Amino acid sequence: MRKLHYHLCGNYKESYEEELAIFETDFGRTWMLIGIFVLLVVIPLTGSSYTLYILNTIGIYSIAAIGLNLLIGFTGQISMGHGAFFGVGAYAAAVMTTRMGVPLLIALPMAGVFTAVVGMLFGIPSLRLKHLYLTIATLAGQFIIEYILVQWEGVTGGAEGIAVSNASIFGIELDSDHAFFFLIFISLIVLTWVMVNLIRTRFGRALVAIRDNDRAAEGMGIPIFKYKLLAFGISSFYAGFAGALFAFYMMTITPEPFNMWLSIEFIAMIIIGGLGSVSGAIFGTIFIVSLSEILSMITEFLMNYGSASDLSITIAPLREFIFGLSIVLFIIFEPKGLAEIWRIVRSNFRLWPFSY
Amino acid sequence: MSFFLHLLVNGLSLGFLYALSALGFVMIYKSSSVLNFAHGELMAAGAFLFLVLTTWAELPIPLAFILTLSGCFLLGFVIERLFLRPLIGEDLIQVIMLTVGMAAMFKGLLLFIFGGDIHQYPSFLPEAMNLHLGIIQIPSVYVATFIIGILFLVMFGFFFKYSSQGIYMRSVADNQPAAMSLGVHVRRVFALSWAIAAMVAAMSGIVLGIINGINVHELSSIGLKVFPVVILGGLDSIGGAILAGVIIGLLETFTGGYISTSLREIIPYVVLVVILMVKPYGLFGLKEIERV
Repeated sequence: MRKLHYHLCGNYKESYEEELAIFETDFGRTWMLIGIFVLLVVIPLTGSSYTLYILNTIGIYSIAAIGLNLLIGFTGQISMGHGAFFGVGAYAAAVMTTRMGVPLLIALPMAGVFTAVVGMLFGIPSLRLKHLYLTIATLAGQFIIEYILVQWEGVTGGAEGIAVSNASIFGIELDSDHAFFFLIFISLIVLTWVMVNLIRTRFGRALVAIRDNDRAAEGMGIPIFKYKLLAFGISSFYAGFAGALFAFYMMTITPEPFNMWLSIEFIAMIIIGGLGSVSGAIFGTIFIVSLSEILSMITEFLMNYGSASDLSITIAPLREFIFGLSIVLFIIFEPKGLAEIWRIVRSNFRLWPFSY
Repeated sequence: MSFFLHLLVNGLSLGFLYALSALGFVMIYKSSSVLNFAHGELMAAGAFLFLVLTTWAELPIPLAFILTLSGCFLLGFVIERLFLRPLIGEDLIQVIMLTVGMAAMFKGLLLFIFGGDIHQYPSFLPEAMNLHLGIIQIPSVYVATFIIGILFLVMFGFFFKYSSQGIYMRSVADNQPAAMSLGVHVRRVFALSWAIAAMVAAMSGIVLGIINGINVHELSSIGLKVFPVVILGGLDSIGGAILAGVIIGLLETFTGGYISTSLREIIPYVVLVVILMVKPYGLFGLKEIERV
């Protein structure tokens, strides 16, 4: 067996492959394996149903946030329609399983592919539009999709939504938070693995080139429109896949959650986590989901124990205030997000006690 | 025919309102290239300040109006100093999300203080201002809006053309490094443009409040309606914003009147996407010339 490498005390890279490696040392690889073990074995055995519910929510939103990060963090195309794409995936999965009886394992990727096609359709304006104009064009896409979800009653069931029948894989009913936990987190691990490797390839570097200067990228021979569309497609695939998981997990879906606010939350997740960092997208999701969970717990607490129920009604808008405040504080004080904080903490440990 | 005229008048006045709201928006964009997602909340802040001054403090209307405008002028300064200044030179997305966060903060605060109900101003416009044009009647609110709007547009026209601050603002918008090297205090210009924009927002908030009643949700959703207007007109063109406001106002009322009321909400966005595909910088927006 090869000797394990832990901390290198210098830069000993001899080839480009080493430069591109995901884990510089075996230290990170070991910790990742431990992390996956804890995630898939220890947590499901010990966690309560409520813990798992929160973790599942984090897992679902993480998948979508990773997708959005490809588009905003790596390609530099700001999209405000991600929440709607998430909804498209949810509806695609719901319609496929209830109307056509497609099994879950096929419905999930199919919903992703369908959303990818829709996402590419709404990515077409990126051919000519840039920056703020593109942002608003995707915002238009958000409103148009929302309208279709509400109005196309024959397929989407209008404002009443669709009830999704019990999900099952190979005859095993997914009827508890524990069962879904495995489905969601195995998907998350696989999709994260795909994304981390995708951005190391030719394709990923082309996207970064487009972000940094798309004219220059074009001059170097990158077909920018094709790559931008692909970025929209892949990012929407992630959104659609996550949306499909959401539909199966929630059992009933209505157009209501897939509004502009959801798109904004997705952007907040990747900004707070750190743009252009896959782990950052997950950190940001953890932050946003826990923040809103804590805030609603506080509201609930005040509702139950507060002397007057009026208090809780007036407290509720403060959730929005605190949410906005945390976004603002993060952007002003740590624009690179949680991923940067994590990097600083890690390198402090590594350099300790001689941190100069 | 009278239905058509009715829609026409409604559409024009709605469009004029949009144009008025878009004005402050374009102003911020022109001088500091910031897309302000908190515009609707700024409008709401102004409208509620006016409400507090008129109904609770019971000040005379003109005094309350002037106090509101100066209060929002200050608010604009504070916002620029606290939130926007640390972000000079940051990415577009950071700035956008900052204003989104600001919007959430303002909305939360306003809802916390005033609740989600619709408030009304005491009525103060004279009945004599109701205009009768043949069969159509134009309510006094619209007449007043029209007068105030025109007044402000003319004032801004003169401000930008002749006053030194206005000329500074135009120079910063045109070429920031050049303006800086000629001795223009760029940060002061940013602060001033936010202050003026907040003031204009407050004014449009008050006008909207007179027409529809003041409601936080309503006003912040109108803040979103401003996007199709400014993008359609071209982000940095005041004339374009006015024209686009009228186009979108007419489009909305005619779609609502003849086709369906639910389509009315999204038709501006559909038209926006179609027009942007043909003219990527809006109708009158400045084309960016990019060099590698």
